[in-house]
Amino acid sequence: MQRIGVFVCWCGSNIAGTVDVKAVAEALKNEPGVVFSTDYQYMCSQAGQDMIKEAVKEHNLTGIVVCSCSPRMHEATFRKTAAAAGLNPYMVEIANIREQCSWVHKDMMTGTEKAVILGKAAVAKVNLNTPLTPGESPVTKRALVIGGGIAGIQTALDIADAGFPVDIVEKKPTIGGKMAQLDKTFPTLDCAACILTPKMVDVAQNENIRIFSYSEVTEVSGFVGNFDVTIKKKARYVKEDVCTGCGACLEKCPMKKVPNEFNLGMDNRSAIYIPFAQAVPKVATIDPNACNMLKNGKCGVCAKVCAAGAIDYTQKDEFIQEKYGAIVVATGFNPISMDKFDEFAYSQSKDVITSLEFERLTNAAGPSAGKLLRPSDGKHPHTIVFVQCVGSRCDACAEKGKEYCSKICCMYTAKHAMLTRDKYPDTEVYVFYIDVRTPGKNFDEFYRRAVEEYGVKYIKGMVGKVTPEGDKLKVQASDLIANKQLHIDADLVVLAAAIEPDQSARPLATMLTASMDTNDFFTEAHPKLRPVESPTAGVFLSGACQGPKDIPETVSQAGAAASKVIGLLAKDKLTGNPCVAGSNELMCNGCSSCANVCPYGAISYEEKEFRMPDRTTKVRRVAVVNPAVCQGCGACTVACPSGAMDLKGFANSQIMAEVDAICK
Amino acid sequence: MKVSYFPGCTLKNKARDLDLYARRAAEVLGVALEEIENWQCCGGVFTTANDEVATKLSSVRALKDAGEKGQPLVTVCSACHNVIKQTNHAMQTNAAFADKVNRYMGADGPYCGETEVYHYLEMLRDIVGFDKVKQAVVNSLAGKKIAAYYGCLLLRPNTVMHMDDPENPTIMEDFIRALGAEAIVYAKRNECCGGYISVECPDTARKNSEAIIRNAKAAGAEMIITACPLCKYNLVKNGADIPVVYFTELLAEALGVKEDTNGN
Repeated sequence: MQRIGVFVCWCGSNIAGTVDVKAVAEALKNEPGVVFSTDYQYMCSQAGQDMIKEAVKEHNLTGIVVCSCSPRMHEATFRKTAAAAGLNPYMVEIANIREQCSWVHKDMMTGTEKAVILGKAAVAKVNLNTPLTPGESPVTKRALVIGGGIAGIQTALDIADAGFPVDIVEKKPTIGGKMAQLDKTFPTLDCAACILTPKMVDVAQNENIRIFSYSEVTEVSGFVGNFDVTIKKKARYVKEDVCTGCGACLEKCPMKKVPNEFNLGMDNRSAIYIPFAQAVPKVATIDPNACNMLKNGKCGVCAKVCAAGAIDYTQKDEFIQEKYGAIVVATGFNPISMDKFDEFAYSQSKDVITSLEFERLTNAAGPSAGKLLRPSDGKHPHTIVFVQCVGSRCDACAEKGKEYCSKICCMYTAKHAMLTRDKYPDTEVYVFYIDVRTPGKNFDEFYRRAVEEYGVKYIKGMVGKVTPEGDKLKVQASDLIANKQLHIDADLVVLAAAIEPDQSARPLATMLTASMDTNDFFTEAHPKLRPVESPTAGVFLSGACQGPKDIPETVSQAGAAASKVIGLLAKDKLTGNPCVAGSNELMCNGCSSCANVCPYGAISYEEKEFRMPDRTTKVRRVAVVNPAVCQGCGACTVACPSGAMDLKGFANSQIMAEVDAICK
Repeated sequence: MKVSYFPGCTLKNKARDLDLYARRAAEVLGVALEEIENWQCCGGVFTTANDEVATKLSSVRALKDAGEKGQPLVTVCSACHNVIKQTNHAMQTNAAFADKVNRYMGADGPYCGETEVYHYLEMLRDIVGFDKVKQAVVNSLAGKKIAAYYGCLLLRPNTVMHMDDPENPTIMEDFIRALGAEAIVYAKRNECCGGYISVECPDTARKNSEAIIRNAKAAGAEMIITACPLCKYNLVKNGADIPVVYFTELLAEALGVKEDTNGN
């Protein structure tokens, strides 16, 4: 039989205002197992905690019930108090008589009655509590960062600087991501490459960082501190450690008509290529879909001109197995396809471009060497129309666009408009918007500069139709403030396309058993308080894979994710949550119901030998829960048809005892 | 294959060609168009006004009639198609509307939107198949540059019509290509010609129609095809200096049945 102490908190007037705390303490005195019951103004205060500790000693308590606020507030506090008094911390139960009682009731009678009932339920549960000890597991001191954009780069650098080894897996031939494609960055207008490429070089030179470029994660198993990951290093047909990046092969390659993805297809590259001058690693890659040698064995020019002998047409995909303690997802974003928005005539005219294409057009390393020229005829555009929210905030058209705000478009459009007016003051620039959303440090000032100093014409209203005719783009739009229709003959139309998570995100989420929202953005463990952690232990989120983000925000989140990883890797052992599921193997029939519902992949099966009553042995398949992976959600205990699964600390018997106490 | 056929009022008057060639072409393609008995006007004009029940009853009767025969209902005129499809959708999804209509219909019994509605173009694409149309062509239209004009009623609202991407439709272009001609793609192909506003405010209709014609011609069109009598009326009235013909006429020509055996 337990010896239980009950401690009823007033929480000032928060509880005592609607609950007669003394009556509650009195009523619970006579419950089975209760040997001591009292009340106090602030149980969480040092004095309150000391009172509990003394009572434990004085009355030889084996269990504690605290009638106070939500366990989310102070369960940890009272568990520590119990531990300090020599009790197992899991012998503490909280009866929530604040959020779920005093705060929602107005009447003292009702409040008191309900508080007594909640207290009785907690007492009933403590009577069945058993001391629990958390398990321990070792930590592999190496982190994996998936995605080599600015988010992944920053996370990797921060982790490496703390002294832990990090691997970056990037599916493209180079790290750098979207930021490498940008021209200038808001709100300071410094050149993206100038601030990014030094970081890329830092990554390459950091002894703690390995880069797996042109690689993908294909398999993940294990759990926090102990992930087993398979990385596919795609064949690039060039020996990475031999290639010097001299570029001789690029010049001599006869296949020069391959659309250049780095410039979004606005110019061409060769079949063997280095995406851009500052690529890291700076090694060539052969595009197997374009290379004649790989397709039909006729060519081999690159191998002939390569002084280093780095070309290897026989290279195969390579699979690498590695262990990691933590995984950071930094898979980033892409602009959505403009296929379903043909009212803007994107498919009909080369002079209707997306904002990312505009970045390349104004970039010195872009297809027009930084001169803003129309893709169709190379002429300088004199009238440019920017259309914001193309596919963003798309309520009525959710089937073709996104319901959310893409967040970065207002700022980069202001940047594009301003830079255009700055370089080419003879150009008329219109920006059509639903709302201008520019919160952020120095952001609104930036937008106002575009309007006030640079004379960009901001018009509230949407463009309804773009009609290419002759060498003009006839833009039909509404001006909602003037309440009239506008017809503008434009030379260039720039669409601020909504952004969406990279397509690799969903299969990756499945591999990691990390949850996603309906838009395929990774879900954070708590939207306010745990923004860089996935609900899956050991998986962290960095950058736009979690939601639309600009560079400053991405970098801060990347640093935050890194600090969480460092905190994890700094530990030698991980203490788990002891409230995990366990299977009674005598009752388990190996049906797999539990494994099918487990969101964390914590359940596996093993063949086990059982001694039968007739003294023979029999091998049966039974469920085994990995306590380091189990998060204690309880799904399996409900799914188990034979009642073999039970959750420690929340056993079926304990829950039933609570229900019985409430219904008595 | 037998289908129920709803020609519509205009096809018995101003737009006889649209009807005549639709019937001749269907015969060649092995589709029997069975005209609904005693059909009445679809209830046109205000296609989206489903707060008003009386004008929708004839559409429901036609739908029900086809349904009882177990046939899909095929339309040709864009406006009829829009009204009938929207009415059918309202019968499926708007219980109050369906209830009211069914009460009016009285002894005729309840109808809940079971019948499938096809526009003639959809019939060619989904029932006959454009590849079969292509095989049946005897007078290839190769070399002709033809612009499809969709107008607005055929495609919108997309959530009800489900014919094609309303901003980048291809069904008529695919049709033109099946007949061997070159399809001219131009931005204004899905813009409104002005519709009935030509009665109230002819200037607006003229502006719209002229912009459409100009855009089609700038893209190189030598001919415009349409499925809508009102579109044809507006384009022709407002200065189309290239032929504007019904798509069924083009089809009949390609299939070699534009003229009957008497040369009419």
